[in-house]
Amino acid sequence: MAIQTLTRDIFDVKDLNLWYGDHHALKGINFPIQKKEVTAMIGPSGCGKSTFLKTLNLMNKMIPSVKITGEVNFDGQNILNPKTDLVELRKHVGMVFQKGNPFPQSIFDNVAYGPRIHGIKKKKHLDEIVTKALMDVALWDEVKDRLSAPALGLSGGQQQRLCIARALATKPDVLLMDEPTSALDPISTLKIEELIFELKEKYTIVIVTHNMQQAARVSDKTAFFLMGELIECDDTAKIFSMPKDSRTEDYITGRFG
Amino acid sequence: MFMNTRSNFDESLKELKSMQLKMAGEAETAIKNAMLALLNQDIELAHSVINGDNVIDDLEYEIHEKALMLIARQSPVAKDLRRLHVALRVSSEVERLGDIAVNIAKSAVHIGNEKHVKELIDIPHMMEIALEMLTDAITAFYSEDSAMAQKCAEKDDQVDKMFGELVQELLTYIPQNPDFTNQIIQLAFVCRFIERMADHSTNIAENVVYLETGKRYNLNA
Repeated sequence: MAIQTLTRDIFDVKDLNLWYGDHHALKGINFPIQKKEVTAMIGPSGCGKSTFLKTLNLMNKMIPSVKITGEVNFDGQNILNPKTDLVELRKHVGMVFQKGNPFPQSIFDNVAYGPRIHGIKKKKHLDEIVTKALMDVALWDEVKDRLSAPALGLSGGQQQRLCIARALATKPDVLLMDEPTSALDPISTLKIEELIFELKEKYTIVIVTHNMQQAARVSDKTAFFLMGELIECDDTAKIFSMPKDSRTEDYITGRFG
Repeated sequence: MFMNTRSNFDESLKELKSMQLKMAGEAETAIKNAMLALLNQDIELAHSVINGDNVIDDLEYEIHEKALMLIARQSPVAKDLRRLHVALRVSSEVERLGDIAVNIAKSAVHIGNEKHVKELIDIPHMMEIALEMLTDAITAFYSEDSAMAQKCAEKDDQVDKMFGELVQELLTYIPQNPDFTNQIIQLAFVCRFIERMADHSTNIAENVVYLETGKRYNLNA
């Protein structure tokens, strides 16, 4: 499933509908996501943005009451097809959660976890992967002298960067981030934002955030969701200066939501 | 602290500043050329100043767009916010300087090749002082040096005084040289333009003081 397509869209979502039991949570979403860009999704609680994010690596497929229709094409293949290999999909589409959730292991073992699962055993190779991933998240200088120390001893911001390094270690194409800074202090938040800005050189990033200023700062594209619908998706500069839909304007200016 | 947390924003602020310096440089060149056109009765040069003003206008527009986008997207506060506020104000002052260059160039065109009523000595001298003020204001802006900005404003009194005296003198020429009335009026206008130019430089200096201290000063007073 290596990325081969020449189009700029890594995901092409077509007429996506999702129900949690009777609740229609995503309504006819059409949404192309471009390679090596940061796409931010904003909207009030319950608007469907996190549900949409989780659909991109089928995290919500495990919930029994969930019903999904439409297409989620990743690299030209519809991942809603029941034959999709979820382990393989998630190797390509990694995820970072709200709160850093390192395993109760050493810093090194946390980052090496994914590569080991995918069969990499040689110490030298693992060393390379871990070093590179930690450098990519600008954590290397802070932890290089204590790689065998427990990851849970790191600060919240460091833990979150470690989790991003852990996601990067399997060399994904896409990084999904579900409110990655909502549990962090402002400086740690800005560090993650700087990181996102640098990571987009190599990765496609899709981020859900409650913090509109964060979407404005870090993203190239911004999508506004409301009550399960995608109201508007455009260049972030346009969304935050001249949005087309008055509902988008009302939300980003804090008039409702 | 191993990483800069706002390198992207800092980079944009640097770009904004270099756009502002480019704009100031364009305006300064336009004014110098307009003055040369007047002194040397170089009509072609005067027209090139008039036609070139859109470059300065476009730069002002680009600076405003960029500054507003940074306000919308980067949540600036404290000095960062003042810096963007100042970028908007200073670029408007510089745009006016570009208009002054055009006005002087238009006066040069109006006078055309008509022999000067007398050798122009005091007007270039007044312009020299006004240009010094502009250079000081731009340098103060570049280095964010409020002490230098205040110094720049001190010369404004000198320019104001010269303006009053020169206009008085020019008016006395009219009864003796009625055929040169148009030229004399144009030269009086030029004096007024130079006086305005000094005021705009002072306004730029005031913005530098505001950027540094957060306080408004009226350096024109």
